[in-house]
Amino acid sequence: MSEKKLLATRAGYGQGLLDTGALHDDLVVLEGDLGAATGTTAFGKAYPDRYIEAGIAEQNEVGMASGLAAAGWKPFVTSFAIFTAGRACEIVRNAIAYNNMNVKLIGSHCGITPALDGGSHMCIEDIAWMKAIPGMVVLNPCDYNQTRLMVKKLYEYDGYAYMRTSREPVQCVTSMDDEIVIGKAQVLREGQDLTIAATGIMTTFVMEVAERLAEEGIECNVLNYHTIKPFDEETLIKYVRETGNLLTVEEHNIYGGFTESCRAALFTKADNIRTDYVAVEDRFGETGTRLSLYPIFGLDNETIYNKAKNLLNKE
Amino acid sequence: MDIIISEWKKLAKKIRIDILKMTSEANSGHPGGSLSCVEIIITLFEHEMNLGKGSDDPDRDRFVFSKGHAVPAQYGYMLEKGILDPEEIHTFRKQGSRLQGHPVKGRTPFTDFNPGSLGQGVSAATGMALGYKMKQSPQKVYVLIGDGESDEGIVWEAASAACHYKLDNLTYIVDMNAVQLDGATKDIMNLGDLHKRYEAIGFLVDEINGHSFEELLEAFSHHEEGKPHVILAHTIKGKGVSYMEGNYAWHGKAPNAEQLEIAIKELEEA
Ligand SMILES: Cc1ncc(C[n+]2csc(CCOP(=O)(O)OP(=O)(O)O)c2C)c(N)n1
Ligand SMILES: [Mg+2]
Repeated sequence: MSEKKLLATRAGYGQGLLDTGALHDDLVVLEGDLGAATGTTAFGKAYPDRYIEAGIAEQNEVGMASGLAAAGWKPFVTSFAIFTAGRACEIVRNAIAYNNMNVKLIGSHCGITPALDGGSHMCIEDIAWMKAIPGMVVLNPCDYNQTRLMVKKLYEYDGYAYMRTSREPVQCVTSMDDEIVIGKAQVLREGQDLTIAATGIMTTFVMEVAERLAEEGIECNVLNYHTIKPFDEETLIKYVRETGNLLTVEEHNIYGGFTESCRAALFTKADNIRTDYVAVEDRFGETGTRLSLYPIFGLDNETIYNKAKNLLNKE
Repeated sequence: MDIIISEWKKLAKKIRIDILKMTSEANSGHPGGSLSCVEIIITLFEHEMNLGKGSDDPDRDRFVFSKGHAVPAQYGYMLEKGILDPEEIHTFRKQGSRLQGHPVKGRTPFTDFNPGSLGQGVSAATGMALGYKMKQSPQKVYVLIGDGESDEGIVWEAASAACHYKLDNLTYIVDMNAVQLDGATKDIMNLGDLHKRYEAIGFLVDEINGHSFEELLEAFSHHEEGKPHVILAHTIKGKGVSYMEGNYAWHGKAPNAEQLEIAIKELEEA
């Protein structure tokens, strides 16, 4: 099932646009002068008439997408997460969501892995910003294959949605044959000892940790939340009730992120669950590499492993 | 002045080599837009700005590197002038370095705003100039803007405010290298005639060759009471390295060891 080659989800997005764009000639891509980085350049080469360069003007890029949708096109708006979800946030809220336009918003270079550019380019707030908007679907696929498949799902979904993609190449833990459903978590592994719910590329690292734990005889459920909103409470509650514990893992600020969505579900639906989280502790990033920054931000495999073990040791 | 300019030309060459070395070693960064603004940086820091007692002097003029991805040009200048330790060239874009991918206030000398998100530095610089006016302070504010960056609406919102508030203590310098990230500015987003646009808003406008120290000095000497000043500096992206000049592929790509060697040789022999 899993392949060894490392691929970024931004590349999966680029390939997904080619797959789906070939079948539907109303799919248009808007780009904010970052095609070389977000993965849309190949689509622009293949379909120059359906590739709209908006320049370095993300607010207008999102605003124009609203109008293009009104004129009958199906726009995919692309820039870095910090600009799509951040810079243009209120325009997403009013021109897209409040006007109920069928526009797909893509934020690449999410999390802290646009590492060398430093703090200004990282985005650990996009999930919070986007999930607070009424009716916004928020997606965070875990690997190349899943992101590629998700483009088709996004095209078919009739409404507005945000998807974050990542710069960092990671191993594929899902297959192109997987059935994915927006709003339904994917169970990647089952086990009786511990439940780990993860989102985005962190899921691929969690799979490595789960493998290591299995070698020690500890069996984990790994729930891949490619959809953060609408939140799949049912799957979470089912597995958490079985193991009595939960570790959440995300590359986002602890405030407003995926962990908070899980907490909200537990708050109303499950008691006496031992929990812990792996997330960014309310701080800005700085220049580094993923391997140098992840330990500093407590997002590395060692931290995931230790927090998993700690949850079990408390029993 | 002649003597100074010949020194500045030597300095420009050294800074260009520093830019190439640091991006190459980091295997990351933006050589194209750094190489295009070297003469602008030198003229600002060597002549135009009042740097007071140094970076920490609260009364010195302010500098906002709004096209902050090109900061290797400023790092190169500071390395050559001893403001940074020569060894720090090896720390560019590395964990814990002062030489962050985009400059950071309090960490990087002569950094008055944390840029990275294009357009916002123009707005912040305009606010600084307004703030100094309101305090009747003589401090001046300079902001270096990209031509691609000028796509951003906030640049024009700031420009309107600069004229509305008659900020004659404010200078915009636009690095008109005609190239942005994915291609030529005229292909990505054609902004038309920036000279006429700035004039229509109410700026004092200069349009010059941004690699000519003489033209830069002349433009910086202009001032009109009650008007903000913009210098449209025509430059070449990747200036000095034949395979980089005018080529958008070198916006955000570092030279490898072999390419670095060729580039340094070209610069040294020029
Ligand atoms: C708001 C925003 N959008 C996009 C980017 C990504 N980006 C960084 S540099 C760049 C191109 C800048 O072109 P230009 O202003 O012409 O700079 P120069 O040619 O001087 O390097 C882009 C799109 C950004 N940093 N900020
Ligand atoms: Mg440019």
